[in-house]
Amino acid sequence: MLNRREAVSRLLADRGDMLVVAGLGQSCFDCFAAGDDPRNFYLWGAMGGAVPAGLGIALAQPERRVLVVTGDGDALMSAGAFATVGAEAPENLAICILDNERYGETGGQVTHTARGADLAAMAAAGGVGKARTVRTEAELADAVGALRSGAGPLVAVVKVAPESELGALPPQDGPHLKRRFRAAALGVEDK
Amino acid sequence: MDEWRDGIFEAIKAAGVTQVAYVPDAGHSRLIERSIEDNDLRAVSLTTEEEGVALLAGAWLGGAKGVLLLQSSGVGNCVNMLSLARTCAFPLVMLVTMRGEWGEFNSWQKPMGATTRAHLELCGATCYRCDRPEDVRETVESAFRFAYFTNSIAAVLLGQRLIGAKVFEEPAPC
Repeated sequence: MLNRREAVSRLLADRGDMLVVAGLGQSCFDCFAAGDDPRNFYLWGAMGGAVPAGLGIALAQPERRVLVVTGDGDALMSAGAFATVGAEAPENLAICILDNERYGETGGQVTHTARGADLAAMAAAGGVGKARTVRTEAELADAVGALRSGAGPLVAVVKVAPESELGALPPQDGPHLKRRFRAAALGVEDK
Repeated sequence: MDEWRDGIFEAIKAAGVTQVAYVPDAGHSRLIERSIEDNDLRAVSLTTEEEGVALLAGAWLGGAKGVLLLQSSGVGNCVNMLSLARTCAFPLVMLVTMRGEWGEFNSWQKPMGATTRAHLELCGATCYRCDRPEDVRETVESAFRFAYFTNSIAAVLLGQRLIGAKVFEEPAPC
């Protein structure tokens, strides 16, 4: 099975000016472990918020690449947002769902993706036609390229091993995360 | 008599909004239509109101201002997502059309209508209420100033008496 840390590390290597929203839990920690960057916005809560937050950035900054990295639990909670993304169809938005089929932060209870739910099919049914499931190294290599530079909107559901790793906690001060993101992404200094 | 509806649109434009997120409500229909027609506005139809809270946080991260249009029932859908706006001090303006009060016929609207303001205030929003047409525009303008200068959540509650209660053909039981 694919390893989530390695997958995210490859996804964010030499990222250019890409803007990243990380969904709560392990996805945040994976993005932080790949190298902290002020253009990462880490969600420590607001479950279900990663995809719509990424959409808001993508619509505001249509010339910039926007990548959402989140988990299956967060994506399931905002399943309707696939339809909103499909309707708005932003070409600059890419969504990577690290699907370990578990609620990793709460004891590893299985999510619906372990019991038949197919997030890529849900995204496609919501209007995000470019949706795929990634299970192998070769598929991951192709998906990284698409997520980084393919015409969006697109969704890659990366099936990863259920093990989680600790030892990489990003800052959780919300106003700080917001201000540093806007400073790095937009060059504005909020008072 | 409906000039206040255009007053909201003008206040939104004057505030520099470019993203209008909404779950439709009859009380907002004219505003939604004008937003869709305006080439400088992105009118984003949501599947649930909480998407709009996160969407507009993203908008601000990307340097854009927004507004969330919703009905009082939709405030209940936003509760946890409002923690995003509150924890990170995102500016957020919510324009809430009220149901479950003046002349309401649908009892299912009563629970949220009766508690909309309390819910919003518990979530850290500052609420303004409009029941008179002449107050609407300046109240919406004030909400934008408040939210964007103080990095906070401002909600304008548009009373059902102002909007006009939904009328059905069926005669009232009394």
